[in-house]
Amino acid sequence: MRRTSSFNIVAVALGLAFLYLPIAILVIYSFNASRLVTVWGGWSLAWYRALLHDHAMLAAASISLRVAALSATAASVLGTCAAIALTRLGRFRGRLLFSGMVYAPLVMPEVITGLSLLLLFVALDVDRGFWTVVLAHTTLTMCFVTVIVQARLVGFDRSLEEAAMDLGCPPLKTFFAITLPLIAPAIAAGWMLAFSLSLDDLVIASFTTGPGATTLPIRIYSEVRLGVKPEINAICTIMVAVVALGTIVASLMTKRGHARRERAALAAQV
Amino acid sequence: MNRPQKTHWRARAVLLLPSLWLLLFFLVPFVIVVKISVSQTVLAQPPYAPVLDLAAGWRGVEVFFAQLTAEGYRLIVTDPIYLLSYFKSLQVAAISTAILLLIGYPIAYGIARAPRSLQPLLVMLVVLPFWTSFLIRVYAWINILQRDGLLNDLLLGLGLVRGRPEWLSSDAAIYVGVVYSYLPFMVLPLYATLEKMDEALLEAAADLGCPRWKTFWLVTLPLSLPGVAAGVLLCFIPIVGEFVIPDLLGGSRTLMIGQTLWTEFFANRDWPVASAIAVALLALLVVPIVVYQRLQTRQLEDLR
Repeated sequence: MRRTSSFNIVAVALGLAFLYLPIAILVIYSFNASRLVTVWGGWSLAWYRALLHDHAMLAAASISLRVAALSATAASVLGTCAAIALTRLGRFRGRLLFSGMVYAPLVMPEVITGLSLLLLFVALDVDRGFWTVVLAHTTLTMCFVTVIVQARLVGFDRSLEEAAMDLGCPPLKTFFAITLPLIAPAIAAGWMLAFSLSLDDLVIASFTTGPGATTLPIRIYSEVRLGVKPEINAICTIMVAVVALGTIVASLMTKRGHARRERAALAAQV
Repeated sequence: MNRPQKTHWRARAVLLLPSLWLLLFFLVPFVIVVKISVSQTVLAQPPYAPVLDLAAGWRGVEVFFAQLTAEGYRLIVTDPIYLLSYFKSLQVAAISTAILLLIGYPIAYGIARAPRSLQPLLVMLVVLPFWTSFLIRVYAWINILQRDGLLNDLLLGLGLVRGRPEWLSSDAAIYVGVVYSYLPFMVLPLYATLEKMDEALLEAAADLGCPRWKTFWLVTLPLSLPGVAAGVLLCFIPIVGEFVIPDLLGGSRTLMIGQTLWTEFFANRDWPVASAIAVALLALLVVPIVVYQRLQTRQLEDLR
């Protein structure tokens, strides 16, 4: 007996409107021909064209994309290792400290993480720049990967692994042939989350960056502080579009994966 | 005999890699923050003293400890600027978490009671904004709230205001930005517990003649408390240290603690005071963080 009351529908509809209206307004105004942000001057692509000539912005975007790709990849490896350690090693010594270190960065205020990493780099006398941001973002995002992969590892059927090992498959091969393919969707989701978090981060990047490594959020932030500009609306719209596209493709892929697995399970039963 | 030992070695490697990484890039940095918080500010590079001189041997260590000072901490407990800024952070975090709970609960409840086939789509719609940049979502509100922005256009059109009131640079703008940015963090844990709830309990209550509001109060709400706790902590802790939202939307009269730390570090270049603020902020958040971790661990253990 599942009754959908009108109150529920209104609550969800209003909630979604609240979440999407500001972004929709931003997207629409990025196509505004008028220089004045609030006066509608007809549709135009002028601000996207202007963006193509904004070399500083393009350079920042390229740095951000490279930082995000590198740190998301490193975070996926480290985060998957941590997830395996937490789900498969049982009660090892130092588990409490380990799980504490894994979960704390999830809620740690960014100003603290940023400041502490900067002070580490200063103490080690490392020149700050591109690579220090990569290291900082890897540390921040690996914990998110761990949580996603761990949820998948906890929820899956271990009898497949046991069957392979019973048939004489060595543990390492079992991992690559059975476990890894099964948790691959979770690792991919973790990689994407790490990538988007890195692309998004302003605070930690501001602390750990150096000359010549201005990331996109730092660049956007310094422009936004001076007021609303149509070019910023345009670059924000591009970022929103990329994220929306990525999420939709990813969800379609996992849906297809589900369907395929269900078909396979059905075939096995027949 | 041979194989279990080998597995053991590999298992260690799986643990060792992330452990070393987190030790070096998470734990050691905190020790350094604590150390610098008891150092003195000097005009040098790096701008703090003492620097531990291990080459001088035991004498160097003695000199090092003799130079440590609690000046940074004395400053942040005596100067009202810092205390006000702590207070403001707690106030903003508490009030906006309460608003988030009031807005987020009906949304989560509505999604959990929607037709099963529709639920994944609705959840994705709530998560999607979380994947879009934080900075962009805050910036979107500047478009709306500024003096010649759309909110004032709308209010003027409806004849609700005269002139154009300033919405930006106010506490109200901070609350709007915080609630908007953190809403997915509140809705998702609430939905996760509400969705798992056994509906037979609600039917039983209805069969026994319990009115719906009473069923909600006596059955649904108590059963969803783990989700409420997770959502509240997941929002409250990061909001206390928030920097971007108050910096872009708020005024410059009373700063939140994240902004104060930022200013001390980047504008005043006072690293010891910035570190002392960080340590004090962490001390404030240690209890909620530990509670959150307990919840997180227990939840994953329940899944097993």
